[in-house]
Amino acid sequence: MNKIIIESLSLQYSDGTESLRDVSLDIRQNAVTVLFGPAGGGKSTLLRCLNRLNDLTEVKSSAGRILIDGENILDPQIDVIALRRKVGMVFARPVPLPMSIRENIIYGLELAGEKRRAKLDEAVERSLKLAALWDEVKDRLDAPAIALSGGQQQRVCLARVLALQPEIILLDEPTSGLDPISTGKVEAALQELKKDYTIVLVPHSVQQAGRTADYAAFFLQGELVEYGEGKSIFTAPKEKKTEDYITGRFG
Amino acid sequence: MKRLLTLNRHLTERIGFTAITLLAMVTVLPIVGTIIYILIQGAPAISLEFLTGFPRNGMREGGIFPAIIGTLYLALGTSIFSVPLGIAAAIYLSEYASDTPLTRTIRIAIINLAGIPSVVYGLFGLGLFVLFLNFGTSILAASLTLSIMTLPVIISTAEEALRAVPQSFRTVSISLGATRWQTIRRIVLKEALPGILTGVILGLERAVGETAPILFTGAAFFLPKLPGSPFDATMALPYHLFVISTQVPEMPIQIQYGTALVLLAFVLTMNLIATVIRSRARARRQW
Ligand SMILES: Nc1ncnc2c1ncn2[C@@H]1O[C@H](COP(=O)(O)OP(=O)(O)OP(=O)(O)O)[C@@H](O)[C@H]1O
Ligand SMILES: [Mg+2]
Repeated sequence: MNKIIIESLSLQYSDGTESLRDVSLDIRQNAVTVLFGPAGGGKSTLLRCLNRLNDLTEVKSSAGRILIDGENILDPQIDVIALRRKVGMVFARPVPLPMSIRENIIYGLELAGEKRRAKLDEAVERSLKLAALWDEVKDRLDAPAIALSGGQQQRVCLARVLALQPEIILLDEPTSGLDPISTGKVEAALQELKKDYTIVLVPHSVQQAGRTADYAAFFLQGELVEYGEGKSIFTAPKEKKTEDYITGRFG
Repeated sequence: MKRLLTLNRHLTERIGFTAITLLAMVTVLPIVGTIIYILIQGAPAISLEFLTGFPRNGMREGGIFPAIIGTLYLALGTSIFSVPLGIAAAIYLSEYASDTPLTRTIRIAIINLAGIPSVVYGLFGLGLFVLFLNFGTSILAASLTLSIMTLPVIISTAEEALRAVPQSFRTVSISLGATRWQTIRRIVLKEALPGILTGVILGLERAVGETAPILFTGAAFFLPKLPGSPFDATMALPYHLFVISTQVPEMPIQIQYGTALVLLAFVLTMNLIATVIRSRARARRQW
């Protein structure tokens, strides 16, 4: 089933860069969809459209529609706060908020008005377990999140998103700063999570793209070059450009 | 030859360092000297009576209690107006205003306001608060005048403190479903608070030590009792110091230095508090 339907999406930043050009893409529910391609291809821009984070940036013009569960989220009338609770995001660099591990995780829930201690505690445990971090931090939930290792911080960031029980999780090169072991843990968590969530991942390497993708979309300079099942894209790409990129001939 | 050169370079470096160290000491010397001098000259005057008594015998005897209290009132009055206003303006400039000709003009105006001589603020206060708004020579008028003088300092330091909070915190908070204002209140302000407080204290410190802005707007030469309302004039330490140093013949010198010492203690204490806040916040900061 398609969770997200992107229809002819174009976007131009205020300095004139055309970051997305007529992109159309259907993103499946309960699967990992990977957006990959060389730097400046528009992957992050697309992710930031999906939770309207681009509202914070100066965008000159945008066109097209993004339907999530049939609703056009680019409509200025929609409730963006509710959208961002439903579409969580993990960034390339782990950014723990300047507070304890626990407070980081319940931050979004508290903003949403949840005050019951039991509910919050339950959310902390559940989301930390989902992010494969519970055993490592359960005895020091009140320690500052910044005191954790980079890999642990990134899993706190993932857990923080999971605490809100979103439906879609966007991850923008979430493992770019992590060692192979932490990377493995995050990737394993994603494979678990896709059973319940729709996952859109910008991988930090072609190898990671190959390892994780159920579906893959190749972006080049703002255009979607090729889109299909991960298996077929990485073994038998249809487009020459995709093949060149995957085999390391450019990018 | 080569060894001689390295030796030479070494020597030049040593001489350079020594010269710089000496120069640094030279700049510190007058400050330390002034403080020590005032301490030595003023300490004998300090007594319980001096701190809690009224001036007697044409201010040549007794204490400076009303001036101390007056200065406290002025500091309080100034902070009531300038702190909320200054912080609000800083939040607007750092968090909401985009880079337009209007906001650029506002910023330039603020920078220039900080450079205006304080006596000009005094005259402005006289015209606006004392005469036009008819507050009279009063704590209210003086506090408002001092507020206007302090605002640029508070706004610019607070804006700087807000801008120093990493942008990524804001992005993350918004992405977790926070509104802009929730983000400011729960993250940005909390992290910027030590910096803001430092600015507030430094601004107030300047206000507390100034004579010119209160000269025409709220300071009294001598009052037999403490001010009873914001509409009363008040004695204040800097003006009192000015008065007893220039307007009263045969003034005992240690009363002048005693007053100077109390004023200095005021200002240095505020400075110390600001320093402590800053260093403690830096130690605890999580970014
Ligand atoms: N805030 C912005 N303002 C102006 N231009 C931007 C902004 N963000 C991105 N761009 C431009 O948009 C284009 C696409 O950028 P984007 O970050 O989406 O690429 P990306 O595919 O994520 O690249 P990378 O692999 O380097 O992360 C680039 O040319 C970039 O310079
Ligand atoms: Mg990117």
